[in-house]
Amino acid sequence: MSAATLAGLVGAALVGLGLYGLIVNPQPLRKILAFNLIGSGVFLVFGIVARGGAGAGFPADPVPQAMVITGIVVAFAASAVAVALILRLHEETGRVTLDTAASPKPPPKAEVTR
Amino acid sequence: MSVLQALDLGLAILILAVACTTIATREIFGAVVNYVAYGLLLSIVWIRLYAPDVALTEAAIGCGVTGVMLVTAGAHLRRPVHARDAEPSSLPVRFLAAVLAVLAAAAIAAVVLLLPEPPPSLALEARQSLAATGLGNPITAVLISFRSFDTLLEKVVLLLAVVAVWSVGPDRQWGSAPESLGKPRPDGALIFFEQALVPLGILVGVHIFWVGADEPGGAFQGGAILAAMWMIVMTARQAEPPRIDARWLRLCLVAGPAVFLIAGLAGPGMAGSFFAYPAGFAKPIILFIEAFMLLSIAVTLPMLVAGPPHGNPSE
Repeated sequence: MSAATLAGLVGAALVGLGLYGLIVNPQPLRKILAFNLIGSGVFLVFGIVARGGAGAGFPADPVPQAMVITGIVVAFAASAVAVALILRLHEETGRVTLDTAASPKPPPKAEVTR
Repeated sequence: MSVLQALDLGLAILILAVACTTIATREIFGAVVNYVAYGLLLSIVWIRLYAPDVALTEAAIGCGVTGVMLVTAGAHLRRPVHARDAEPSSLPVRFLAAVLAVLAAAAIAAVVLLLPEPPPSLALEARQSLAATGLGNPITAVLISFRSFDTLLEKVVLLLAVVAVWSVGPDRQWGSAPESLGKPRPDGALIFFEQALVPLGILVGVHIFWVGADEPGGAFQGGAILAAMWMIVMTARQAEPPRIDARWLRLCLVAGPAVFLIAGLAGPGMAGSFFAYPAGFAKPIILFIEAFMLLSIAVTLPMLVAGPPHGNPSE
């Protein structure tokens, strides 16, 4: 099996792992980690498409590679927004879960004036 | 099995193991540390796929900057631990999720094994058009010339993300500076590390940007390294995050996309179409655009990590 095919299979497994974690883990920060695992799995599969498209003196097709670079930056931007929302949720409610059944409504927190 | 194949297999097993522990670790901080290790291993796989540019981006942004952001967030969320919040879903839900995950992974694995032979490729077109740009690195040519509109929109996404992160903060704190990244009293080792590494890191960042025209590298990777250096300085408390209403900050944030857009709009006058560069001048224009993108990326990433404004705006 070539290195590229192996990397593609790893990518497929990462998407599966990330999907499982995204559904099962109740904490939003762990959901972000799982979502990033899915993303990097997809990027890897795209990476082997690039590797397969080698030709004209290039070891890999540069177009998918450039799109993966764009994708990594956009994934980071999306994660940053999600993290900001989670931290604000935590600040407001004192909770770090999205599972409403697991956490009874917390007592209202006094407004912090700074 | 050759040595390289054995290494590939070992790397694949290692990555899957670290990914499993990332998902399975209940404690947030531990999961984040696993994720950072995972990102570093992944960048080695990108090297094996002959994608050094992607490997640099993955190591710098996917692993480095994301890691700092998640570690900071994890430290915030670690303080009050509600044991019940960390409990995974019930057994039937977990079983169904596992079935779904296996099906999704199997479908993608089947696609990987059944890829068309030979696969579709734009390598030939990229090679034919590369000479017109004067660049040696086809990835930079794709990013700034062939698919420049994509890259411009991606810069706009980064800018929108900054606006979104800032908007998450309470209204009464609008205009103030984000919370400090580091501890109130950083220890001496961190300050020594900062003083030793940052000058070197700035040099490496600018070098990676400059060689990006012909070698692996470019504005994204160089900008991410410069961003990391600024974050180290802020973590060691040798500088504080700037107020979000500072004019210089906002100018730096929009400089990259703005210069890129102006260059694109000048295309119809200079070379006949939107985002066309005049023949013979393509390389200087591309480097000019990239220099401003470098600045914007180096400022945008730390502001995304620093988070919403957090303080008294009238101070």
